[in-house]
Amino acid sequence: MKLKKIIDLNNLNKNYFVGAEIVKALRELNLSVEAGEFIAIMGASGSGKSTLLNILGCLDKPTSGDYWLDGKNVNAMTKNQLASIRNTKIGFVFQSYNLLPRTTALENVELPLLYNSSISNRLRREKAEHALEAVGLVDRMKHLSNQMSGGQQQRVAIARSLVNDPVIILADEATGNLDTKTSYEIMSLFQELNEKGITIGFVTHEPDIATFTKRNIVFRDGRLIKDFTVENRLSAQIALKELKDEEAFLEEQENLNLAYI
Amino acid sequence: MKIQNLIKVAIAAIRRNKTRSFLTMLGIIIGVASVIAMLAIGEGSNASIQEQISSMGTNLINVMPASRNRGGVQQGRSMSQTLVVSDIEYLRNNSDLVKAISPEVQSSGQVIFGSSNWPTQMYGGNEEYTYIKKYEVASGRIFNSQEIKSSAKVCLLGQTVVDNLFGDDVDPIGQSIRFDKIPFKVIGILEEKGDNTFGQDQDDIILAPYTTVMKRITRQIYLRSIVISAYSEDQISQTSTQIEAGMRLAHKLKDTEENDFEIRTQDELISTFGSISEMMLVLLGSIAAISLIVGGIGIMNIMYVSVTERTREIGLRLAIGGKGKDILLQFLLEAVLLSVIGGIVGVVLGIITSNTVENIMGWPVLITSDAILISFLFCSFIGVFFGWYPARKASALDPIEALRHE
Ligand SMILES: Nc1ncnc2c1ncn2[C@@H]1O[C@H](COP(=O)(O)OP(=O)(O)OP(=O)(O)O)[C@@H](O)[C@H]1O
Ligand SMILES: [Mg+2]
Repeated sequence: MKLKKIIDLNNLNKNYFVGAEIVKALRELNLSVEAGEFIAIMGASGSGKSTLLNILGCLDKPTSGDYWLDGKNVNAMTKNQLASIRNTKIGFVFQSYNLLPRTTALENVELPLLYNSSISNRLRREKAEHALEAVGLVDRMKHLSNQMSGGQQQRVAIARSLVNDPVIILADEATGNLDTKTSYEIMSLFQELNEKGITIGFVTHEPDIATFTKRNIVFRDGRLIKDFTVENRLSAQIALKELKDEEAFLEEQENLNLAYI
Repeated sequence: MKIQNLIKVAIAAIRRNKTRSFLTMLGIIIGVASVIAMLAIGEGSNASIQEQISSMGTNLINVMPASRNRGGVQQGRSMSQTLVVSDIEYLRNNSDLVKAISPEVQSSGQVIFGSSNWPTQMYGGNEEYTYIKKYEVASGRIFNSQEIKSSAKVCLLGQTVVDNLFGDDVDPIGQSIRFDKIPFKVIGILEEKGDNTFGQDQDDIILAPYTTVMKRITRQIYLRSIVISAYSEDQISQTSTQIEAGMRLAHKLKDTEENDFEIRTQDELISTFGSISEMMLVLLGSIAAISLIVGGIGIMNIMYVSVTERTREIGLRLAIGGKGKDILLQFLLEAVLLSVIGGIVGVVLGIITSNTVENIMGWPVLITSDAILISFLFCSFIGVFFGWYPARKASALDPIEALRHE
């Protein structure tokens, strides 16, 4: 089966100009992504991961080279066209969630659809509820964002990224603020979404998080230095269970010790 | 973005920050309230002045001696003596537009009854005098033509004079009082009129036949003025013209000579007061407008801070597909909503303040729908004007920078 190519980067460069100095954040990058992929973008700090994600997310334009998204050349687009693309084809998940404070989960998830004039109030509500269902938060719909745990907030953010049925979800260190257990929960959610056919690009520092994805690409100084399929892909669900078992075991030990004393 | 969604987003943003929204509105609330209250007070005093002037008789025309220049020395009005009783007869016979006409003479002096005494003014007129000057007789009667002809020593008292001379148990009518050592019999009491526009007590007066006053008190043949009632307010200027012509003939003035009299109408008084109260209104209005502008600057200030504070929110909105225009309109709409809501609260507060002022200070107030409408339009304008700059700043943000903002 020939998979549909949704992202195609040709000889892409991104330079930043800081005073008289040029920072080459991305150099001669060629990359294609097919529908249904789950990619971890890795690399040291300052290697260009966020820069790539911003370009993929149509928040920024490359200095040179072409970017084809879903069959359309992004380079030629105006600011407003890019905004429309972001609104209909991209889902963002940020490290710091970026939910509107003092606003319910449902309203936060509805937000991207408010900017799409072709979606009716009813459809917006339906889609938002559906997205919250997908992240397991239907019972928290009316809760305010600032009354939720970090993990829950991130799940609301993921629901928000899902709600417009994007071509790809882009996450920049989406587990960066979370503890291991909650990170695994989020990864398990991403795996589940990916099983349903959603394409995901995922920036992370942590190699163990990367093992939950299907493909890893590694950057160094703006260059793509490694691109490989993950063998022995782990299930976050199982990892989570192991983690819980371990915790339970430790707790039991603790209790035994206490009892002994 | 659909306009209904835009309104929803703007309202949600305002509600998310209730305290700040309230503080933002406070300037506008105070501004609008002061506009409403100031205009209400201004309009109120204006209306009450108009009313008081009408109560003095809008049909009233005054003929006064002109201050004349005799041998290069400017003489005061009281010194110039040109009006005589025969002028009255002349005008009565030659002006068909005159409804009522009376001479007016006046003297200050001490009035005595028993052991009480009181400084007051005695006015002399004919039987039409009370009609022209809008005095009503509360009890007793006005002097008749027989009493005028015979210079009878009869008088009517104003309420203030009654209060100061007589105790509660004495009926003034029929009593004899002395003014300037001359005894007068009280035949009537005047209805209370209150203070006039100048704050003078119109009830501090004794009214007597002009013949009596001229013969026994002032001992002069000249009149202080001639008071005339026209048939209606519309005919005032026509009547004045006719009186002027009549007076010139009565005084046998040549074409080259200037008038030795002066004609005053209430119209002039009204327009003089009109311009004074207009000035006051403009003054009060501009003070209030300044406070509105200060309120507007308050909105700009807080919207500006709010844009900085909500940079990440703006970044997020841009990232999920908001266009610059959407952000601009959202912030503009927030500013307009804040100022309009502030305007509504301000109008209510202004009405309450005006009524409180009316009740506590006893000042007359008048709230006009114009004032409310103007405040509203001004508020929306202020919202757009002062919201524009911060809104444009918000819409020009770079999404990546905005998202990275701490
Ligand atoms: N707006 C900017 N202006 C100038 N230089 C920039 C800008 N953004 C990024 N850079 C530079 O581009 C390079 C790549 O930055 P980028 O943020 O993509 O790194 P990263 O891989 O995401 O790092 P981290 O893991 O720390 O987030 C860095 O050298 C950085 O200093
Ligand atoms: Mg980064």
